[in-house]
Amino acid sequence: MSYMKTILASAAVAALGTGAFAQDTKVIGVSIPAATHGWAGGMNFHAQEAVERLEAVYPDLDFVLATASDPGKQVNDIEDMVATRNISALVVLPFESEPLTGPVQSVAESGVWVTVVDRGLSVDGIEDLYVAGDNPGFGRVSGEYMVSKMPDGGKIVALRGIPTTIDNERVAGFEAAIEGSGIEIIDMEHGNWNRDDSFNVMQDFLQKHEEIDAVWASDDDMAVGVLAAIEAAGRDDIQFVLGGAGMKEMVKRVMDGDSMIPADVTYPPSMIATAIELTAVGMTSTAPVSGTFTIGSVLITPENAEQFYYPDSPF
Amino acid sequence: MTTETTSQAPRRKLPSMSILGPVIALVVLVAIGASMNSNFLGAANITNVLARSAFIGIIAVGMTFVITAGGLDLSVGSMAAFIAGLMILVMNAALPTLGIGIPIILLGMVVAILAGIAAGLLNGFLITVVGIEAFIVTLGTMGIYRSLVTWLADGGTLSLDFGLRTFYRPVYFDGILGISWPIIVFALIVIFGEVLMSRARFGRHCAATGANEAVAHYSNVNVNRTRLLTYAMLGLLVGVATIMYVPRLGSASASTGLLWELEAIAAVIIGGTVLKGGFGRVWGTVIGVLILSLIDNILNLTDLVSPYLNGAIQGVIIILAVILQREAKAKG
Repeated sequence: MSYMKTILASAAVAALGTGAFAQDTKVIGVSIPAATHGWAGGMNFHAQEAVERLEAVYPDLDFVLATASDPGKQVNDIEDMVATRNISALVVLPFESEPLTGPVQSVAESGVWVTVVDRGLSVDGIEDLYVAGDNPGFGRVSGEYMVSKMPDGGKIVALRGIPTTIDNERVAGFEAAIEGSGIEIIDMEHGNWNRDDSFNVMQDFLQKHEEIDAVWASDDDMAVGVLAAIEAAGRDDIQFVLGGAGMKEMVKRVMDGDSMIPADVTYPPSMIATAIELTAVGMTSTAPVSGTFTIGSVLITPENAEQFYYPDSPF
Repeated sequence: MTTETTSQAPRRKLPSMSILGPVIALVVLVAIGASMNSNFLGAANITNVLARSAFIGIIAVGMTFVITAGGLDLSVGSMAAFIAGLMILVMNAALPTLGIGIPIILLGMVVAILAGIAAGLLNGFLITVVGIEAFIVTLGTMGIYRSLVTWLADGGTLSLDFGLRTFYRPVYFDGILGISWPIIVFALIVIFGEVLMSRARFGRHCAATGANEAVAHYSNVNVNRTRLLTYAMLGLLVGVATIMYVPRLGSASASTGLLWELEAIAAVIIGGTVLKGGFGRVWGTVIGVLILSLIDNILNLTDLVSPYLNGAIQGVIIILAVILQREAKAKG
C-alpha cells in the first residue's frame, strides 16, 4: 500500500512538474501566404523545415504554422492564434501590407513579440524585428547586370509579376539602374509570376517585335515560360534571359554555363527560416534580436552558383 | 417554357441575334487585331492563339454538356493541375523501367484519361446519387485537387524528366501539315461534340434534363444517368486537355490551371448556352473560347491600355457579348 502511495505521490509530483513545465512553454505563431507559386512554395518548405528543426532544438518552444490563401484568411489565422493558442511571438509574412497592418498592430499592442518578414507593414515601428527582403535592390542588381552584359545598349522586353508594391519596387529599381545606359525597355506586361501566363505574353512579344536583344523575366518561374516560348518560335536574336529568385533548376543552368541563362538574382524564400530562427533565439535567450535584418539580393554567376544550389528544396 | 421556343424553330429569316451576337463580337475583335498589328493574322500568331485556346476549349466543350444538363463544374482547373501532377509523377517513376519512348508517353496518356474519368465520375456520383448541389460538390473537389497537387509537389513544382520532356514536346509544338496537335485534337473534339449535342439522342437528353428534370423523367429520360455521363465526359476531356498541356512546359504546380473553370464557364455562356440549362451550343462555345483568348492576345500585341486594366477589358467584352444575345431574346 505504502509503495502504491509513493508511486501515486511521485506520479502526482511528476504531473505537477510537467504541468508547471508546460506553462513555461512558449508558443510561436507563424503566419505565411499559401504555396500559390514557386517562390511561396519554397518559402512554405523552409518554414516547415525551420519549425521542425527548432521544435527539436528547443523543447520549451511550440510552433503554430498557418498558411493563408488571401489577406482576409491571414487576418483570421492571426486572430485565432492569439485567441486560442496564447502565442508569445508572431512571425508574419504579410500577404499585403495594408490589410495586415491593423490586425498585426493590435497583436503587438497586446504584448506579443512581432517579427515581420519580407513585406513591411504600412506603419513604422509596430514590429520588434523586421527581416526584410530587398526589392528595390533586387531590381537594381538585375538592372546593373543587364548594363554590364550589354555595354552598348539594346532592346529588351520585361515581364512583371502580380501588380503589387513588391513588383513596383523591383521595376522602379531596375529602371533606375538601366537609366542612361542605352538599354531600352520596348515592352512590359504582367506575367503574374506564372509559367503559363509568361509563356503566352512572351509568344505575343515575339510576334510583336522583330528584334529583341534580351529579356528581363524578373522571376525564375516566368523565365521558364519565356524560354519555352523562345525555343518554340526558333528565334535566335535573343541573347539571354535574366530571371530572379534563385530556383534550383535555374541556378543549375547558371552553374552549367548555359548561355541563355548566364546569371540569376537571389531573393531567397529561406528568409522565413532566418526570421523564425531569430525569433526563437529571442524567446529562449537573452541575446538581443530586435531591429532590422536586411537580406540583400545577390548576383548568381557561374563562379558562385554552387553555394546557392539546394537540390533538396522544392524551389 | 422551352416548348415554345422549339415550336418557333421552322421560320426562315435572318439568323437571330442570339446566334449572330457572339459571331459579330469575334469578327469585330479580329478586325481590331488586324488593324492594330500586321503580325496578327500571320500564321505564327494564329497558331499560337489556337494552340493556347485548345486547353480551355477542350474543357469548355465538356462544360457545355454539363451546363446544358443543368449542372456546373468548378473543379476543372484544379483537376487539370492534379492530373498533370499525377501524370508527371507516374512518368518519372516509370522512366527507369520503360525508358524514353512511345510506351511511357502512352502510359502517361492512359493515366491522365483514367484519372480524368475517375474524377468526373466522383463529381457526378456525389451530385446525382448522393444528391448534393453541383456548386457545393465541385467547390469542394476544386479545393481538394488544388491542395493535392500542392502536396504532391511539396509546394513547389513537379517537372518532367528533361529527356522525357524533349521526347514528348512535339505533342504540343508539332503537328500535321503545319497544324499543331492541340489544334487538331481541339477541332476533332468540337466536331464530335457538335454532332453529339445537336444530332444525337444524348444531346437531346441533356437539354431535356436541364430544361425540366421532372418532365424529362416522365418522358423516359434517365436523368441521373445523363447527368453522371456529362460529368464523366467532362473529366475525360480534362484528361485530354492535360495530355496536351504537359508537353508545353513539362511542369505542374499549384498555379497550374488557375481560374480555368471560370474561363471555361464564361466561354460556354458567351457562346449562347443557357447557364440555367436546357439549351447548349457547342460551336458557340468555340467562339466564346476564341473571343477570350483573342482579347489577351490583342492586349499583348498593342499598347492600347495599361496592363493593369486587362482584366477590366475582358470583363466588359464578356458582358457585352452576353447583352447582345439578351437584347435579341427580349425583342424576338
